[in-house]
Amino acid sequence: MEFALAALVGLFFATSIYLLLSRAIIRMLLGIAILGNAVNLLIFTAGRLTREIPPIVPHGQKQLIEPFANPLPQALILTAIVIGFALFTFLLVLGYRAYQELDADDTDTMRIAEPERAPRPPLSY
Amino acid sequence: MGTNLVNEETLVLPKAMIEVATNAADWVIILPVVLALLGAAILLMLRSTLRGQSVFAIIVVMAIIFIDVLLLLKILEFGPQTMTMGKWLAPFGISFSVDVIGAAFALAGAVVTLVVLIYVQADIASREVKYGFYTLVLLMLAGVSGAFMTGDLFNLYVWFEVMLISSFGLIIMGGRKIQLDGAIKYGFLNFLATTFFLIALGYIYGLVGTLNMADIAIRAGDAPVGPISAIGALLLLAFGMKAAAFPVNAWLPASYHTPHPAVSALFGGLLTKVGVYALLRTLILILPSAREFLDPLITGLAVATLILAPLGALSQTNLRRAIGFFLIGGVGVVMAGLAMPTMRGVAGASIYVFHSMLSIAALYLLAGLIERMSGTDDTRKMGGIYNASSLMSILFLVMIFAIAGLPPFLGFWPKLLLIEAGASQGDVVLIVALVINSFITLIAGTRLWSHIFWRVGREGENSEQVNDRLEPLSLKDKWFGIAPTSILVIIVVWFGLFPNVVFDAGRTAAADLLFSERYIQSTGIDMDIENIDIENIDIEVKP
Repeated sequence: MEFALAALVGLFFATSIYLLLSRAIIRMLLGIAILGNAVNLLIFTAGRLTREIPPIVPHGQKQLIEPFANPLPQALILTAIVIGFALFTFLLVLGYRAYQELDADDTDTMRIAEPERAPRPPLSY
Repeated sequence: MGTNLVNEETLVLPKAMIEVATNAADWVIILPVVLALLGAAILLMLRSTLRGQSVFAIIVVMAIIFIDVLLLLKILEFGPQTMTMGKWLAPFGISFSVDVIGAAFALAGAVVTLVVLIYVQADIASREVKYGFYTLVLLMLAGVSGAFMTGDLFNLYVWFEVMLISSFGLIIMGGRKIQLDGAIKYGFLNFLATTFFLIALGYIYGLVGTLNMADIAIRAGDAPVGPISAIGALLLLAFGMKAAAFPVNAWLPASYHTPHPAVSALFGGLLTKVGVYALLRTLILILPSAREFLDPLITGLAVATLILAPLGALSQTNLRRAIGFFLIGGVGVVMAGLAMPTMRGVAGASIYVFHSMLSIAALYLLAGLIERMSGTDDTRKMGGIYNASSLMSILFLVMIFAIAGLPPFLGFWPKLLLIEAGASQGDVVLIVALVINSFITLIAGTRLWSHIFWRVGREGENSEQVNDRLEPLSLKDKWFGIAPTSILVIIVVWFGLFPNVVFDAGRTAAADLLFSERYIQSTGIDMDIENIDIENIDIEVKP
């Protein structure tokens, strides 16, 4: 089971890196979305997979009894999903605004902040 | 499964809960973050009232500075302080563990924020107040303070994201085309960096089963060095990207010159420093074995950053982009300290971060005033400001000397410590790189100064023309612009002339980073209990 998930994580990473290397903002956004999922799955897998044994202390006990599913990775993933979603939403709107204002979906043509032929500094002094 | 019951009397477990209320004095550890978050929440509710927001934000930041000073004094006297939230003891509950560098950087960050808040009074548009400028600034301060103070790696990730989302809001405030362009590059690459950090977190949890920094520091020693080094490399990439170290620095000169100068100052003073701080914290305190493995790589990156960054500044005609390259050069200095984990090296790196927070912010603020006077961001067209404001020319030159590391300013002492560290280790490459860095920074900086201030006019068609486009600063600009900037300059000069306090603090900071005992002790995690094998605890099983 771990092996299958690890392979899936690898596939997600490969896809997202391929998309992030693109010049088009919209593809980079898709890459970011897939990257977030890849990382969440990775944390989930790294926390060890245990099926159908919720970490609940049985009645009359003081302590959990092995084996039980690890609840912490799920809490981490939940936090990461929420945060990642907020940032992704911002980037989505930012990409749209940039498309409207700069008329460009291509990062190669976004050269306002870094002019392509920047003037050379003067040779005096 | 599920049928064997444990006899309660024989169950021996380490103490896991806090049973008494937290000592009132311990609240200073969390108060800087709580005040900033509360202030931001109140400002959000008051967003439709335009007047009074600035005064409220300034009062909140002043209170935070006061608390930070108290906390720093307490730590200098009694050692690192820890407060654990939510009744669970350290490895389970989330701790705030503050040592000298955490408290000192948080204090410097709050001082920079206060100066920036006063500075924007001269020209902030009411539209920007309505869109939550002050709220975002306080949220960013909360994120930065939290990142400096937290003792939990996942919590550090959360503070990084708090910082990131509020900086997104600040960088596009105003909505000019150039800002959207800069924000795209800033946004994507910083989001990517925090994602790399998250990947490293997943691996750390999988490998050592804990996310508390002190707990990881205890357990990472037993972990196999290969995976630990892989995690270290991921952290180096993630925080290096945040700190804008070579070769992942391209986003900084592409974005930091686009927003309002005050926002540039805030970013330059706070954001990259959090990345640098996280590098020091994780690679020296938590995963020293990974740092040892990565040492040649870190040295190489430090040398490349040290030399290439000021060369970038030399080639710029845009004033704030040039300052961005100075900022990257400062990151190289800290990386050099990271490559030499001795008392002198780490103390030098810590003091340099403190110095760089103040002086880079001051340089950006001065750049904002210069741009306001000359109406351009092109250094070729700025000439002649010396005649208009000689005080500004002095402040600018002092700051250039400080970041280049000339005595008697604060920038000199950490570089001296680093060069001493290199000399005691025989690390000639780093010494040479540090000296070349200072030299090129000085050339680039003084050339900026001579173009902007010394020369009487702007560059014309064939020769220089008298600069008739200069607009003298209004009285408001002087009071809200030059006065707060001078506070930063005075701090840099004062600590440069009387560096003993800084040296003492730097020594304590380095000792706490290099020898983790005091830091771990403050969290209350018992180093010995960790080694008890849980399997062998005598548990009597009832039939």
